[in-house]
Amino acid sequence: MSAVMAAPQVAAAPPTRRNTELAMLAFACLLTVGAQSIVDLTVTGSLTVEVATFGASFTAIWAVAHLVVRKLAPYADPLLLPAVALLSGLGLVIIHRLDLAEQMDAGLDGDPMPGAQAPTQLVWALVGLVLFVAVLAVIRDHRTLARYAYTLMFVGLVLLAIPAVLPASLSEVNGAKLWILVGGFSIQPGEFAKVALICFFAAYLVDKRDVLSLASRRFLGLDFPRGRDLGPVILAWAVSLMVLIFERDLGSSLLIFGIFMVMLYVATERFSWVLIGLLMFMGGAYLAYQAFGHVRTRVDVWLDPFAYRDDAGFQIVQSLFGLGTGGLFGTGLGGGRPATVPFAKTDFIAAAIGEELGLFGLVALIVLFLLIVERGLRTALVVRDSFGKLLAAGLAFTLAWQVFVVLGGVTKLIPLTGLTTPFVSYGGSSLVANFALVALLVRISDAARRPAVVMAPKTDLFDAPTQIVKRTQDA
Amino acid sequence: MNAPVRKIAIAVLVLFTLLILNANVIQVIQADSLRTDSGNTRVLIDEYSRQRGSIVVDGQPVATSVRTDDALQYLRQYPAGPLYAPATGYYSLIFGPSAIERTENDLLSGSDDRLLVRRITDLFTGRDPKGANVVLSLNPAAQQAAFDALQGVTGAAVALDPNTGAILAMASTPSYDPNLLSSHEPAAIRDYAAQLDAAEVDPRLNRATQDNFPPGSVFKTVIAAAALSDGYTPETLIPAPDVLELPGSSATLQNFGGSSCSGSEEQSLIDALTISCNTAFAQLGIDLGEERVREMAAGFGIDGTGFEMPLPVAPSQVGDIESEAALGQSSIGQRDVRLTPLHAAMIASCIANDGQLMSPYLVSEIQGPDLSALDEADPEVFSEPISADVANDLTTMMVSVVDDGSGQAAQIDGMDVAGKTGTAEVAEGVNPHTWFIGFAPADDPQVAVAVFVANGGSSESEATGGEVSAPIGRAIMEAVMGSTP
Repeated sequence: MSAVMAAPQVAAAPPTRRNTELAMLAFACLLTVGAQSIVDLTVTGSLTVEVATFGASFTAIWAVAHLVVRKLAPYADPLLLPAVALLSGLGLVIIHRLDLAEQMDAGLDGDPMPGAQAPTQLVWALVGLVLFVAVLAVIRDHRTLARYAYTLMFVGLVLLAIPAVLPASLSEVNGAKLWILVGGFSIQPGEFAKVALICFFAAYLVDKRDVLSLASRRFLGLDFPRGRDLGPVILAWAVSLMVLIFERDLGSSLLIFGIFMVMLYVATERFSWVLIGLLMFMGGAYLAYQAFGHVRTRVDVWLDPFAYRDDAGFQIVQSLFGLGTGGLFGTGLGGGRPATVPFAKTDFIAAAIGEELGLFGLVALIVLFLLIVERGLRTALVVRDSFGKLLAAGLAFTLAWQVFVVLGGVTKLIPLTGLTTPFVSYGGSSLVANFALVALLVRISDAARRPAVVMAPKTDLFDAPTQIVKRTQDA
Repeated sequence: MNAPVRKIAIAVLVLFTLLILNANVIQVIQADSLRTDSGNTRVLIDEYSRQRGSIVVDGQPVATSVRTDDALQYLRQYPAGPLYAPATGYYSLIFGPSAIERTENDLLSGSDDRLLVRRITDLFTGRDPKGANVVLSLNPAAQQAAFDALQGVTGAAVALDPNTGAILAMASTPSYDPNLLSSHEPAAIRDYAAQLDAAEVDPRLNRATQDNFPPGSVFKTVIAAAALSDGYTPETLIPAPDVLELPGSSATLQNFGGSSCSGSEEQSLIDALTISCNTAFAQLGIDLGEERVREMAAGFGIDGTGFEMPLPVAPSQVGDIESEAALGQSSIGQRDVRLTPLHAAMIASCIANDGQLMSPYLVSEIQGPDLSALDEADPEVFSEPISADVANDLTTMMVSVVDDGSGQAAQIDGMDVAGKTGTAEVAEGVNPHTWFIGFAPADDPQVAVAVFVANGGSSESEATGGEVSAPIGRAIMEAVMGSTP
């Protein structure tokens, strides 16, 4: 007992767990290359040198990421990187598999051969790696981010607004106006805005948490905030609605508002904020349902997709068919018909995974995300400063919320909104932005696990002793 | 701030649990219904990517899958067009399979358990899996004769081998081209289906099995069978009034065109059948009683239930009989009596086969992809409603129908033909249906037929079953005997 109590003081340098990370990364790379080989063998019947090239590039990316973490964030959570590597590897394999399916269909129909998108996605992963390294290299201490809060807000809002003000020809794809289309490239600035806004929310809320926590009246056993403090909430609500109105992007709108409300709750510890947020959400949802045909359609299709199986519900019905055909074990990689579902590479990639890898594959995917999210939330619990706590919680919850909204939509748990599955879906912006998000989580988790003695002077004296008590209890 | 973070962690856990539970519902509980949903093209595409077995008649494929270069690898083709459509059915992207394509789908697609061993060896040898061939019992000459003879009318014809129950011909007109419903172009399929939908009578309906009609005087054979079984002989004199006053009602029943059957108002059973005397058979049915009539009809399988051969056959029935008056009308095949043309042929085949009714069957053999026989039809007795003596007496009476009575148009040179005509009134001002059932040669029956022509008769002229349907029956019987060695 006494030895356990004494341990934290004695162990000046806790294990970094970098070798654990390396072993798990190697496993993730092995799984990915194995899966890629199975796809090629099943679909084309042969293995080409491309599998080796792919495997080498993919492994190299994660080797570099690992080495950078070893150097720049040695105490980082060892689970984050391997889980992300496996998710992105699975994504690349499925995108490659869908490439093959599309090429085969085009060949049979005599249509022009579509270009493969998996190599492009691999390049995006490389770009993501560069950003990952840059974030870790430039931001040595996550607290420095707090200083640029308003700059980040400005950047976030501008990024969010660009597609809305651009002409449709430069910003609209499939009815949603959330892109910047230049010279064959398409960028989804909202993905980056998401990360910038989380940083701003964290800094802003830590700054204002005392004011926002002030209760003015008790009602039904809950402390409600003062009316004038509602300003920021109303602003976030308005921005979300504007995204919905001007960019017709239900998913991002829901995402931004949800993140803000949760971070507000974490900062103020007042559940009344969540209630207010839910009420505002319901109000907004009702308004949107009344005002926008596309929102109404989404809800109607969700309630009974099979009634719209040939038009508005085609996508979700095909997704359900794919999932049902996959069943418990799936058709095996390369054995299904995942290309039957429109947008299988982006919004509906989970349907392709559920079809070919079955319920087991889909649940594995969900559990991988759960791992990252819970490690992120754990980082929030352990890290010593309030800004770090709020930022880590915000980043982790963002992932969780996005995964819930997109997977829930694809599996008809909730109405379909149209978001990418982080790390898995095809799309450069989403992948690169989420690499940045993970880089921030890695940075904060490094600070959280770093021995207290090497910490910079405590800025949060009030919190500090509580944390040590907690750590001892947890240990 | 840790307390809310912990709560968020629990909330995330709840949300993800919901995702996992929902995935379980879809991928386990609803999996089967989603997999087999008609809109799920995955299973269909899989089916199209395997070479489906052929449907074969006399060594020639009448439905066969040929390789294409579009996304659906195999195209179903029906070389004879509409000729065999009532038997083969179609194999449609949009409407699914029908008829034999539907009932034998597991064999044709290769998923039947009888092909299990082969599927496993295919897996190891890398041979492309193929479905089994389904060989039909149809006789191409008889089928062609039936199809040709029915051109221009709405009707159906069935020929059976009375000794085995094998279906030798099964035609229904108007017919349709299954090729046009089985193409790989959904728009063209829908166009053709719309065209078929717009037709006055649905060409896709197999009138030989899927619908039943009032049989008229054809049903008198069943009444005669009951009478003969009860001790009547062909020479027994039965009452044959010019006008029969139906008991318990003011209604009367007359003969066709109001004619008289016999000056003495009574005649022998054989004469009554030969000239198809309505009043005599109505009275005979009343004398036999409802129970006896029903019993005999049920013996022939006319009991209100359908069966499969393997195509589903609509029920044939005697229907409700509320009174003796109704019994009289039912006894001449009116009121609620209904027969499918197939069932009418079964009555003839039973009489031809000494009272033993063989179960009709359409599939004579299942061949593995290598043409080895996996399964062969095993003729079975359906029922034995009458004795051989009764069958012989009935045969004598039916030969008399063709020799001297209403069925003379069915005569074939050099042999005795047994037959019975029918003209069933449908409604006031609507032309009656005309029927013929028969078999030949009467002394050693090789084929039994039934011919049905919807609204083929005329209440004005003397166009009865004898003039319209009997010649078609003769053509089919001649085709069968001309083709057998």
